[in-house]
Amino acid sequence: MPAPDGSVGTEVPDLPSLTPTATMEPVDLVAADERLHPESRSARQRRLGVFGVASIGWLAFITLMAVLAPVLPLDDPNENVASIVGQPPGTDGHLLGGDALGRDLLSRMVWGGRASLVLAVASIIFGMVAGGALGLAAGYFRGRTDTVLTGSFDVLLSFPQLILALTLVTVFASGEGISSTRRMVVLIFALGVVSIPVLARITRANTLSWSQREFVMAARALGTKNWRIMFAEVLPNVLPAMFSIALLGMAVVVVAEGGLSVLGVGVQLPTPSWGNILAEGRSELRDAPHIVLIPTVVIFLTVLALNYLGDVVRAHFDVRESAL
Amino acid sequence: MIRQRRHVHTSAEDFHVARSGLLEVVDLKTYFRTPRGLVRAVDGVSFTLARGRTLGLVGESGCGKSVLSRSIMGLLPSTAQRDGEVTFAGERIDGLGDDALRDYWGTQMAMVFQDPMTSLNPVMRIGKQITESLEVHTDMDRDQARETALALLRSVHIPEPERRLRQYPHELSGGMRQRVVIAIALACGPQLLFADEPTTALDVTVQAQILDLLQEQQREREMAVVLVSHDLGVVAGRTHDIAVMYAGQIVEKAPTATLFSEVRMPYTEALLRSVPRLENASHTRLAVIGGRPPVLVDPPAGCRFAPRCPYAQERCRTEQPPLIESDTPGHFYRCWYPVGTDAGREALERNLAANVPQAAAAVTGELTVEAG
Repeated sequence: MPAPDGSVGTEVPDLPSLTPTATMEPVDLVAADERLHPESRSARQRRLGVFGVASIGWLAFITLMAVLAPVLPLDDPNENVASIVGQPPGTDGHLLGGDALGRDLLSRMVWGGRASLVLAVASIIFGMVAGGALGLAAGYFRGRTDTVLTGSFDVLLSFPQLILALTLVTVFASGEGISSTRRMVVLIFALGVVSIPVLARITRANTLSWSQREFVMAARALGTKNWRIMFAEVLPNVLPAMFSIALLGMAVVVVAEGGLSVLGVGVQLPTPSWGNILAEGRSELRDAPHIVLIPTVVIFLTVLALNYLGDVVRAHFDVRESAL
Repeated sequence: MIRQRRHVHTSAEDFHVARSGLLEVVDLKTYFRTPRGLVRAVDGVSFTLARGRTLGLVGESGCGKSVLSRSIMGLLPSTAQRDGEVTFAGERIDGLGDDALRDYWGTQMAMVFQDPMTSLNPVMRIGKQITESLEVHTDMDRDQARETALALLRSVHIPEPERRLRQYPHELSGGMRQRVVIAIALACGPQLLFADEPTTALDVTVQAQILDLLQEQQREREMAVVLVSHDLGVVAGRTHDIAVMYAGQIVEKAPTATLFSEVRMPYTEALLRSVPRLENASHTRLAVIGGRPPVLVDPPAGCRFAPRCPYAQERCRTEQPPLIESDTPGHFYRCWYPVGTDAGREALERNLAANVPQAAAAVTGELTVEAG
C-alpha cells in the first residue's frame, strides 16, 4: 500500500520481533487495558452525569440532616412561638419561617425527614427481604411453587396500593391513644407489604433467567444445596435489578406517606413527617403557601433523585449483563 | 452416609468394582414431555466404563450426547422421564433423589461444561468459586481451602495463581476460564468426569491445550472420563473407546483404533468422510451428510439413519437393527449392511445402480439432491 506521501514503502519501520522469546513475561491484561483505554475509567464516572452527582448529593444531604437532627442547633420542632405563626421564611431568624401553630418549619422539616426516610428505607428493606425471598423461590423452583406464589403476588397487586395500606393502618393502628411508635411500625409493615409483589416479581423474573445459566447447573453438579445456590449463586446476580426497583420503591413510599397523611393515617402527630407537614399546611394554603410549598419541593427533589438513580442503576446493570 | 460406607469397602469388593467397571449403564432411556409429543432424547443406551479409561461420545448436535451425560448424573429438569439402570462403583444410583445424589455430585462424579463464559458465576471471585465446593464437601477451614485452591490452579497450569484467586471470570481469557472450570470440577477428586464438549467454545490452539490438560489430569488421578464431542478429531487421539451416537442411540462402539480401522456403521463412515483432510487440495468441497437427524418425537420405524444412508435397503426402513458384536471383540455396531462387508458392498452397488442420491453422494463426495 503506498504511503500518503507517494513513496512506495521503501522504509520498513522497526517492528518489535514477533517471535516469542523463551522467557515471556506474564502480561498484566487489566493494567494493559487501562493503558490502552485511559478514558474507560472516567467514562464510568461520566455515565453518572451532572444529574447523577446532584441526585447523590441531594440524598446525601437529606440523609445527613436526618441523621444529625438531634445534634443540629435547631429549635424544638414542637415548640409554639407566637411571633412566627404562619410567617414566611426568614422571619426572626427562622430560615424557613413558621407553620400555622408557630413551630419552626426548618426544624420540623429536618425531623420530618427523619421519619419519612426511616419509613421509606425500612419498608423497602422489609419488602426486599420478603419479596426477594419469595421471588427467588418462585423463580428458582418454578412449577407449582411458582404458580402459587405468582398468583398471590397478582392478588396483592390487584388491590389499589393506597387503599391496601390505608386498610392495614386503620385496622392495626388507628383510634385514640395509639402511640406514634406503634403507628410507625404499622406504617412500615403496611407499605412494606404493598411493595412485596413489585419486588417479588422483578426478583422472580431475573431469577428465572439467571437460573438457566450454566453456572447454576455447574453448582448443582458439584453437589451444592438448593438454598446455597439460590442465595450464593443466583441472588448476587439478581441484586442490581432489585436495587433499581428498590430505589423507585422508596420514592413511591415517600409520596404514599404524604397521601396517607392527608387521609389522616400518616405518621402520628405531633411527630413531624414531610407528609403530615404538607397535610397540616393544606388549610393555610391561601395565607401561608410556604408551609405546603417547602415539603412539596423537598419531596419532589427526593423522588426525582431516587428515580434518576434507579434508572442509572438499571442502565449500569444492563450494560454489565451485555458485556459478559 | 454413602461416603462412610465407601470407606469400609473390602478389597474383594474393590476387585469386583474394578473388574465390572466404575460406571455401568444399562438400557438408559430419557424422554422429555413437550407440547409436540414425547421427545426420545436418549433411547436405550448401554455401556460400561472402567476406572482410568476415557470414553469418547460422538455425534451430531441434538443426538442426545449431552442429555445422556446429564441423565447419568441425574441432572435433568423435572420435565424429563428417565428409565434404565445406572450403576456407579457397584451401587445403583438411577433411583436416587437429589439429596442422595449430592453425595456423589462433586466428590464422585463431576462435569465440565461447554462454555466457560457461562459456567462460571460472573459476580463471584475465582477463589470463592473453587473453595465453595471444598467447603460444601470437606471440613477444611478457609486457609486450607485456599491452599487447596492454589494447588488446583497450579495443577491446571494457570500462571500467577495467587492473583487469579482474587479475579473475576471476566478478567480471564476463554482458555483460562476453562482451566478454572476444570479445576473446580476436580476440586473434590471425582472418580468420574464428564467433559461435555469442553473445547467447543474455544480457539483451536487452546482446544489442544485443554484436551492435553484433561488427559494429563485423567492419568494423574486415574479418573474415568466421558469426553463428549461432535468432532471425531477431538476424541481420536485421546480416548480408549469411542461410542458414536445417532438419534438417541449408540450406533457403533469400539476401542478407538478399531473404530477407525474397521468402520462398520455407515453413519460413522459418513462422519469420518466429512472430516477435512490436509492432503486434499484447498477449496475441496467437504463431504456432507445429506438431510438431518430424525425428529426425536417420531423416529423412523427401522434404522434411524436409513433415510440418509447410502447403503439403506428395504429391510433398513422397516426393521431396526440390534447392536451386534463384530469379529473383533468389543466392537459393536447397529447395521444390517455393514461397511466393509460383502453385504454392505452389494447394498451400495444396488443403490448406485438404482441411482439413489445418497449412494451417489457417498461415492462422488458431492451431494446433488437433498436427501429426505
